[in-house]
Amino acid sequence: MKTVQVQYYAVLREQRGAGSDELNTEADSLRALYDELRARYGFSLDADRLRVAVNSEFRDWAAPLNDGDTVVFIPPVAGG
Amino acid sequence: MFQLSPELLRIHVYEAELRDPRAGAYVSFEGWVRNHQHGRPVLRLEYEAYADLALKEGGRILEEARERFRLYNAACVHRTGALAIGDAAVWVGAVSAHRDAAFDACRYIIDEVKVRVPIWKKEYYEDGYSGWVNCENCAAHAKDK
Repeated sequence: MKTVQVQYYAVLREQRGAGSDELNTEADSLRALYDELRARYGFSLDADRLRVAVNSEFRDWAAPLNDGDTVVFIPPVAGG
Repeated sequence: MFQLSPELLRIHVYEAELRDPRAGAYVSFEGWVRNHQHGRPVLRLEYEAYADLALKEGGRILEEARERFRLYNAACVHRTGALAIGDAAVWVGAVSAHRDAAFDACRYIIDEVKVRVPIWKKEYYEDGYSGWVNCENCAAHAKDK
């Protein structure tokens, strides 16, 4: 079991109803963590449409999840 | 330098910071808030940024532009928060000895910023609906509260 911080932005923030969570999880990858949270909160976006960052750097979905990580799931961006 | 601004862009200030006595060309791009999207009237919009990563990724794009083009300087500032029709949402400036590099760099920077920097745009439509751009199938039809 590890403890991680998750921050939510844009559509994920609205669907979560909060900007962040601290949670305990058994997920061993970023993909597994997203799927767990998607099941819990009903996120409409599939992981294939998102990018993911850990500790303020982009990461692969297959990257391991470590105790103390801060994770951000990144919906399709729309700057400019 | 890449920056985020929660307030109106002060483009004349950013321009002044790019000035260089070696420069013969300054090319800028401003993205403005338009009053329609896909034929649908838009009243206003909001930008939200994941600031830590947006600043890093924006900085990387500017570094890439400096490596690819013969620039003396380049910068980009993107708005966050609530914007009205006509407001500048983003400004890019590129400065070089001759115009080709500045044009090419300006185009490169805005194109990369739009697809890589974690900034999101929510549009509020005249018909009362709102939606996150590029997430149409997840939120476009959420009723504006």
